[in-house]
Amino acid sequence: MKETRLVPDADFDSYYGRPILKGPVWKQPDVSLYFFLGGLAGASAVLAEGAALTGRPELQRVSRVLAAAGITAGIGALIHDLGRPARFLHMLRVLKPTSPMSVGSWVMAPFSGLATAALVSDVTGVLPRLGRTAGIGAAVLGPALSTYTAALIADTAIPTWHEGYRELPFVFAGGATAAAGGLAMVATPASERGPARRLGVMGGVVELAATERMRRRLGPLDEPYRQGRPGVLLRAARALTAGGVAAAVLSPRLPVLARPAGAALATGSLLTRFGLLLAGRPAAEDPRHVVVPQRARLTEPVGTLSG
Amino acid sequence: MSNALYGPVPNVAEQAGYQDPPPRMGFFTDTSVCIGCKACEVACKEWNLVPDDGGPLTGMSYDNTGALGANTWRHVAFIEQQVPARQAVDLGMPGIGAPGAQTAAEPGQDADIRWLMASDVCKHCTHAACLDVCPTGALFRTEFGTVVVQEDICNGCGYCVVACPYGVIDQRKDDGRVFKCTLCYDRIGDGLEPACAKACPTDSIQYGELDVLRARADARLAELRADGEAGARLYGNDPDDGVGGTGAFFLLLDEPEVYGLPPDPVVTTRNLPQIWQRTAMAAGALVVLGVASFLGRRS
Ligand code: SF4
Ligand code: SF4
Repeated sequence: MKETRLVPDADFDSYYGRPILKGPVWKQPDVSLYFFLGGLAGASAVLAEGAALTGRPELQRVSRVLAAAGITAGIGALIHDLGRPARFLHMLRVLKPTSPMSVGSWVMAPFSGLATAALVSDVTGVLPRLGRTAGIGAAVLGPALSTYTAALIADTAIPTWHEGYRELPFVFAGGATAAAGGLAMVATPASERGPARRLGVMGGVVELAATERMRRRLGPLDEPYRQGRPGVLLRAARALTAGGVAAAVLSPRLPVLARPAGAALATGSLLTRFGLLLAGRPAAEDPRHVVVPQRARLTEPVGTLSG
Repeated sequence: MSNALYGPVPNVAEQAGYQDPPPRMGFFTDTSVCIGCKACEVACKEWNLVPDDGGPLTGMSYDNTGALGANTWRHVAFIEQQVPARQAVDLGMPGIGAPGAQTAAEPGQDADIRWLMASDVCKHCTHAACLDVCPTGALFRTEFGTVVVQEDICNGCGYCVVACPYGVIDQRKDDGRVFKCTLCYDRIGDGLEPACAKACPTDSIQYGELDVLRARADARLAELRADGEAGARLYGNDPDDGVGGTGAFFLLLDEPEVYGLPPDPVVTTRNLPQIWQRTAMAAGALVVLGVASFLGRRS
């Protein structure tokens, strides 16, 4: 795609072109994986409860596995990412509404317990009532688990992330349901696949539409999403999600398409997370993204660029 | 609590829960008298046992630390600028020929070099994004209104690093935790001034009660303006700015971005209510999608 300059360089001063902001120090792939797995787990818990309510045991089992395994693997990635993994539990030292990471930790901790309990009960048949109650609890927390990570990156000084705050939660909600529906399509027999397919299709459409809307709004701040590796990942993600949606729509008539469609939806959601997160560093380190909008806001006091 | 996320806060320590806190303390860094000696960088490292990170010169004038970071809590920036030549002052020294004949600039000498030097530091914001987003409570507000990391609590999650609108706080890779200026919390509690201010030979770095410093800075600005220094300005002294004013503020001689400072920083948590609102809406949408997916054919 053709490069468009935000402003001519002459209009822009900096200290030897050095970054003003610090880029994320989060480890990769850990954090992108965690964002994907947490989203997947949250939406899967919702799917599992729907399956339980409507009497679809196979779909219920598959989504309970996705919820429990997703959050367990996700927490593993998250702990590995910390500078001091042994202090992971300091996350639960306080509850701070001003910190999406703190709120998220308080959602994640009970969710992992509930999702695991629901799965164990479903598999072993032990304490079925309590197992269902746990599953309902996980389904209540699931939507928050799937979306808080959007608040987390929006609540930063990185302009490309922060200015996307209106749409990012919908990108993540859509991506989480696309992944949950997609992977459930892959693993569920055709007789119970319907809800997974519909969830995957709707999630994929929401993910595509919200991403598109966000990137349009970002204007020049969208540059980090177009360039380099994040650009490649996001283009691949869009193709996979769009292809997955189309194939999933056709799959009731062409059942061979169901599994590849589900896999494409999930992979598209995964690559979207990677693309968005990997763009954080180039976005932070380009002083133009900080100086130009702030300067514009100072010279045109009406109508701020941030807000 | 009023203005918890944004806007002026008359008593930041009281807002943080202290009863009858001491006055808010801060730094006024008057860059117009900085001579670039880096005594502040050295004194800070010595007192706070901050590991070495400078190297040979960066090629950016005399800068050899580059930017603030986990191991640079005071950073002296050096900017070389071409400015129109100034008429030399006639000192009345004896010369050859008629009096005044030697004072005119030689042809082609119509530009001077101006050297800007500035010692940057953590701003100890009124609305500190680093503190707002820290999930462990490692970052806290002291009774002096400053912002400090408790190193025995920080788990290295790195959230504060991307939240700071000035790019101040950073992670020490080999350690995993984050570090930044403490405004010498261990010294000021004992009535001492911070190491950098103590070491500064020109009083470019002044430590004291923020209200006193702000008044002093206003006077200094007026003085410089009267002397014809049109580019002089204060940075961070305004409680109505995007971070509610800073505890460490500056007198600059050019635009902030020339020194590597953001021209109009806004604390990211100003938008937190909207961020949570959109997140709640998206979570609701996810539930709707979940319900809708069970309407329709069974397979
Ligand atoms: S300048 Fe950055 S690190 Fe310092 S208090 Fe403000 S937000 Fe925190
Ligand atoms: S890295 Fe440490 S100080 Fe920074 S937000 Fe995380 S726990 Fe708090």
